[in-house]
Amino acid sequence: MPVITMRDALNAAMKEEMRRDPSVFLLGEEVAEYQGAYKITQGLFQEFGEWRVRDTPIAEEAIAGVAVGAAFVGMRPIAEMMTFNFSLLALDQIVNHAAKYRYMSGGQIRCPMVMRGPSGAAAQVAAQHSQAFESWFAHIPGLVVVMPSTPKDAKGLLKSAIRDDNPVIFMENEVLYNLKGEVPEEEYTIPLGLGDVKRRGKDVTIVAWSRSTQFALQAAELLAKDGIEAELVDPRTLRPLDEDLIFESVRKTNRCVVVEEGWRYAGFGAEVVDRVQRGCFDDLDAPVVRVTAADVPMPYSKMLEKAFLPQPERVVEAVHQVLYR
Amino acid sequence: MTKDEALRLYRDMLLIRRFEERCAQVYVEGKIGGFLHLYIGQEAVAVGAMSLLRPDDYFLGSYRDHGYALARGTDPRPLMAELYGRSTGISRGKGGSMHFYDVPAGNFGGDGIVGGHLPLAAGMGYAIRLRQTDQVVLCFFGDGAVNEGAFHEALNVSALWGLPVVYVIENNRYGMGTSLDRASSVKDLYQRGSAYGIPRRDVDGMDLLTVRGALAEAIDRARREKRPTLLEVETYRYRGHSMSDPGKYRTKEEVEEMMRHDPIVRFTSVLTEQHRVAQSELDAIDKDVQAQVTDAVTFAETSPWPTNEELFQDVYVRSPYIHAKTADNDPAWRAAQKDDRLPEPFAPWVQPAAPAKVES
Repeated sequence: MPVITMRDALNAAMKEEMRRDPSVFLLGEEVAEYQGAYKITQGLFQEFGEWRVRDTPIAEEAIAGVAVGAAFVGMRPIAEMMTFNFSLLALDQIVNHAAKYRYMSGGQIRCPMVMRGPSGAAAQVAAQHSQAFESWFAHIPGLVVVMPSTPKDAKGLLKSAIRDDNPVIFMENEVLYNLKGEVPEEEYTIPLGLGDVKRRGKDVTIVAWSRSTQFALQAAELLAKDGIEAELVDPRTLRPLDEDLIFESVRKTNRCVVVEEGWRYAGFGAEVVDRVQRGCFDDLDAPVVRVTAADVPMPYSKMLEKAFLPQPERVVEAVHQVLYR
Repeated sequence: MTKDEALRLYRDMLLIRRFEERCAQVYVEGKIGGFLHLYIGQEAVAVGAMSLLRPDDYFLGSYRDHGYALARGTDPRPLMAELYGRSTGISRGKGGSMHFYDVPAGNFGGDGIVGGHLPLAAGMGYAIRLRQTDQVVLCFFGDGAVNEGAFHEALNVSALWGLPVVYVIENNRYGMGTSLDRASSVKDLYQRGSAYGIPRRDVDGMDLLTVRGALAEAIDRARREKRPTLLEVETYRYRGHSMSDPGKYRTKEEVEEMMRHDPIVRFTSVLTEQHRVAQSELDAIDKDVQAQVTDAVTFAETSPWPTNEELFQDVYVRSPYIHAKTADNDPAWRAAQKDDRLPEPFAPWVQPAAPAKVES
């Protein structure tokens, strides 16, 4: 199986879907002539031309609104946010329009669009450019929220997101763009709302998504040295959430830690914990513990940035806590 | 314009007025709830514009949206039922006054966020360019919307990319209770089009034929030249911003002065002078319209309420790309349907024959 980067996997997903369906088009800042701020859209402008790969002004509300309006009349737009930090300027189009028109119209309208781009912390870009907003989008009925952690998942999930008839918020991670992994050569899609066990183990369940899976995997390696086998469950899609897969694992391990790159306060991890304590109450041998970012804006200094993020060592500590070690 | 065409336009304006007068009445009676923004006084804008659209064109408007749907020919029965919150409503009781949609008629609503639908209009225009058809998009909004960022972002990309959208500012002089003088640094709102190099024009919105002339030119430009236009249509709402607004920010004299330019009265003189329409003919139309509105109220009042199951419908589209087992854990996904639920066409309105007089 070929080994490629997350970047190339995302690029291949868009290229294949644009070849397959002429209603798919892409728009965003620097997506065409510049070939993408993070080079995710490399080569697409050359193949598909300016109407299907559209450079936009720096106008996030227009980017999102044009995508939503085009989707309402049958197109399948992919709106790239250079980063999800800037999606706050487009939030009205997503929350009040993309997510609402089907309901407000009594089922007359659909919005088959994808908004995608990097989310989460990058490297030393400080408070306005290092934020994890998945909890915001996952809160909104009408949206689908996807956060892949491997190249294979990224490609299969993005293809499903493009073909799906609902508005999909597809949150990538800048730090993962160079992550390499095996990606099947043949055509495949991965259903939205289907989680995946990234590591098998019997002693504790770690639930993590996107870049947090890296922290969790590193923690699992450290724990393995002490004879603790952690199972890593990656839901891959936060809305709808594959709680069955999480429950299945917790019922086996009886212990659960949730790791997220976002803030603790009202973070998505709290939703996971709520479901686990209700769904697996009789199976739990310890309260579920969360490992999150610090509840402060992201600082610039690399030492403070490290302290802010959920490091593998903190995941190890949390696992010890639920194992009473 | 033939006499029949002129009478049709007159009837459309009158239908909006009588429909909304009845809305105000039943609102006060507590039969409909929420916000109710009346269009009374602005009828010439919706009717003039809609009379020029092709069946395959698209339009969007603000939350003061009853007039667009009625002028486009959507049956008043599901519209009134929507206000009553019944499951027979055009939006199945989920939208209310601000959210009338009729997708088969190209009506994409009824947006509740000031200026929020302008980027959507640009997106529909973009889709038209991608598909290389000659449809157009009409986008109506109030004078309040021109100060929103969305207005500027939408106008810029529409001009930049050549999108077939006609942006219609319905300048009724007040954004809720704030007069234009207190909200806009530039008083001639159409001039804002100059910032984006967009063809622009100031139009008397109280005169149906003037509105039609300006719209025809703008629609033609969009259809043939793929260029947007910004029209400032000067109009006036006789009622408050919504039903809860006593309108203390403007004088009685101002309102009375504007009512002297009433678009329906003005068009009546065209009918009687140019088309030799008799007053008795106009009276008969009014009677027919009032009967149609009464029929719509009866339809609404006798329609069923939505069931609790309907609460979860219409959030998502059921799709093969969503893992079925996960979807089944969530009531909104369980209730999701694969197809869109488009409104069923109603039989055209026919006034019931008056019962024959029985001699006593």
